[in-house]
Amino acid sequence: MLAYAIRRVLISIPLFLGILLLSFLMLKLAPGEPTVIQQDLQVRQSEAQRETLRKLYGLDRPIYQQFGIWLWRAVRLDFGRSYMPDGRLVMDKIQERIPITLGLNVLELCITLAVAVPLGILSATRPYSLFDKLMTLFVFVGFATPDFWFALLLMILFGVQLGWLPMSGLRSLNFEYLPFWSQVWDILSHLILPVLVASVGGLAFLSRLMRGSLLEVVRQDYMRTARAKGLAERVVIYKHGVRNAVIPVVTLLGLMVPGLLGGSVIIETVFGIPGMGQLFVQSAYSRDEPVIMALVVIGASLSLLGNILADLFYSVVDPRIRVSGGGAG
Amino acid sequence: MAGSLPPGGPLQPVLSRRRFLSLLGLLPLAACSRSEPAAEPTAAEGGPAYGDTLVEASIGDISGLIPNITSDSASQEVGGLIYSNLVRTDKDLRLEGEVAERWDISPDQLTLTFHLRRGVKWQDGEEVTAKDVDFTYRYMIDPRTPTAYAESFRQIRRAEIVDPYTYRVTYEKPYAPGLLSWGIWILPSHILEPAWKAGVDLRTTAQNRHPIGSGPYLFRQWDPGEKVVLEAYPNYWEGRPYLNRVVYRIIPDQSTIFLELKAKNIDMAGLTPTQYRRQTDYPAFRKAFHKYRYLANAFTYLGFNLRDPRFQDKRFRQAMAHAINKQEIIEGVLLGLGQEAVGPYKPGTWWYKADVKTYPFDPQRARALLTELGWRETGSDGILVKDGKPLAFTIMTNQGNQVRQQTAEIIQRRLRAIGVDVKIQVVDWAAFINTFIRKRQFEAIILGWGLGLDPDQYDIWASTQTGPDQLNHISYKNPEVDALLEAGRRTFDERQRKAIYGQFQDIMAEEQPVVFLYVPDALPVVSARVRGIEPAAAGITYNFIRWYVPANLQRYTR
Repeated sequence: MLAYAIRRVLISIPLFLGILLLSFLMLKLAPGEPTVIQQDLQVRQSEAQRETLRKLYGLDRPIYQQFGIWLWRAVRLDFGRSYMPDGRLVMDKIQERIPITLGLNVLELCITLAVAVPLGILSATRPYSLFDKLMTLFVFVGFATPDFWFALLLMILFGVQLGWLPMSGLRSLNFEYLPFWSQVWDILSHLILPVLVASVGGLAFLSRLMRGSLLEVVRQDYMRTARAKGLAERVVIYKHGVRNAVIPVVTLLGLMVPGLLGGSVIIETVFGIPGMGQLFVQSAYSRDEPVIMALVVIGASLSLLGNILADLFYSVVDPRIRVSGGGAG
Repeated sequence: MAGSLPPGGPLQPVLSRRRFLSLLGLLPLAACSRSEPAAEPTAAEGGPAYGDTLVEASIGDISGLIPNITSDSASQEVGGLIYSNLVRTDKDLRLEGEVAERWDISPDQLTLTFHLRRGVKWQDGEEVTAKDVDFTYRYMIDPRTPTAYAESFRQIRRAEIVDPYTYRVTYEKPYAPGLLSWGIWILPSHILEPAWKAGVDLRTTAQNRHPIGSGPYLFRQWDPGEKVVLEAYPNYWEGRPYLNRVVYRIIPDQSTIFLELKAKNIDMAGLTPTQYRRQTDYPAFRKAFHKYRYLANAFTYLGFNLRDPRFQDKRFRQAMAHAINKQEIIEGVLLGLGQEAVGPYKPGTWWYKADVKTYPFDPQRARALLTELGWRETGSDGILVKDGKPLAFTIMTNQGNQVRQQTAEIIQRRLRAIGVDVKIQVVDWAAFINTFIRKRQFEAIILGWGLGLDPDQYDIWASTQTGPDQLNHISYKNPEVDALLEAGRRTFDERQRKAIYGQFQDIMAEEQPVVFLYVPDALPVVSARVRGIEPAAAGITYNFIRWYVPANLQRYTR
């Protein structure tokens, strides 16, 4: 088991470096240099000034050198300073956004799980009933609805027409002056719409997965055995059925780990939430290479970590995999 | 819609407030018309009162708080309230002193002497003196400074601090736009100079995060991606601003901004033509907001790559001008909220010449001009042909600008009608500039220019400005125009300049180096509780510090 884990981690290292190298190359090959983007056409910039900027950022060196320099600093967790005129440390820029995106996504994930799993179970235990059919409809609608459109509809209803909920941002303007519990409510009320919109897609997907998985499990021999033993239906379903049916959901959770920090560009943009998704888009538009590369590092490490964790979880939850996995590695 | 942060291109009409007034890319507006009558003050209403907060939306975060090294409008707008300038323009777009009380121009027109006001204070209590102006100048010309505004300061041969309240600069040659370039934000030398001398990148100093300025508002707070908060500076030399706080909320989505506006969570924003005409025309909105409308400081054009022999004859460009129905573009795309452009200037400025040659919509005339040039219809597809080659080209424009894309489509249809096969290509801003514009790899483009408060347009039309990073993208070359643009820079006399730029506009109209399309309207709305707004040639924000909310209407108590 431990040997397997170590081997998985070691295999990931060249993969990780490969991702970084490819991202770096793509960034360099894309048209538009930071020095051009910084200055839009309204103003003038002489050739000499441009050269000064390129030197300042080290853009005049060959690409392999640039990558080497960047990698050597990144290994020591020094991601440099942003190219934007704020000139801030990349780590600072990312750090202030991590809690926001992480909070939003964890909340969304909890709600999705808390609702999707029971919904899936209810659908699976009453297949083709009216409830199941309504759920199917809901799932298709949920899948097909574009996030930004759904978001705007909710904003018009709850923000403009009814005026019950704030539409954008994280805090009200008078936040500092509110008592503690009002501050908590203030943030929560700002999160209701984004979390709702963000959950719909995942909710539809996960509840379907749960339903399909449980229907699969219900047909298994051990379920028949359990019923034959005379166990109550409730115990059969929840003790023997759900436990087995939840395995694919757990695997999927591992794959969701990188998404927790990635942030949703659309949701963060529409709701004006200053999270990681927004940072990534803005950096991409302004070719803020230090920030983009730091985000790539985070994304790549989390994806690999997620994969490893999913593999390991899988072997923990399912003894069959553990046995064969242990035998092989 | 969602997820798109349009890089915008140079010329999104934005609300600009006392922005830096250098060359291109400046501020205010003329030919002002107010579309809705001002609400009559009710009897119960008090006069000017201190207090309340004005909430504005910004589509992008600010990029720093030393505006001299930023190039985005949000940073420069915020910077404009925190810092002050040596000179500025008044409501009629005339130059006036700000920190400089007055200035002298030497008889040879080479030397400018600025006399500074006494008692103008930095927000930490120090006095603003010629030392600060001098530091700003030296910082601007430092090659390490990542600024785009250095060029006009590089024309200076000598700069000297005569005494703490007198600053003198001498130019290489008489340089009329130089005066306006002193609309630059003055930086505090007592805070920044030691770091600068030590070789520190000023972007990394505290001033870029928590600035000390000398303008009407104090910096309070910047929550990246969320908001920027400013507070009235009680000791501002012109008097304390009435509005106590100004908050910029950063909302990266245009639709969300509009919904927040409708819900009255935002007090001031710019509208699109559709929003102005169709989505804000209901009683509740009219009651809550006042809409304003005036010509923006910009024009949009269809430009041709003049290195391409097909486009070099002026008759070709004249034919294009005749073939395009500008009025139709204004009606269809801007919903009537704009004006036909006849040249590179905005109507209403003192240098604008209205009686130039115009090109009314006339497809027959266009067709005749093309025939003169040897283009003939040979096949059955109706496309004109010369030397066996069909008349076909691609119009490029940047992604994220709906108005320009629609303009391209209308032009495409009109040109097809006279036998020109036009394709449209919409390209991401970065690629557009870097791959196509810089390398001159385009046939035709639709773009816009932001206009300055000075008629100088040397950078976009002079034949010396056709290098890769220079702004004469279309490679226009005309010795006569070069001479006029040069002469315009060398004289300060308004009447002489008017004559020079009048001649220049005649040539522009005759030659049509680009087809001038339209000048769009700026369409700001401001909450109806705000009083003291007096639309003028300069727009509405020139007297921002005199805007107020009567005591009984104030909404934010802290």
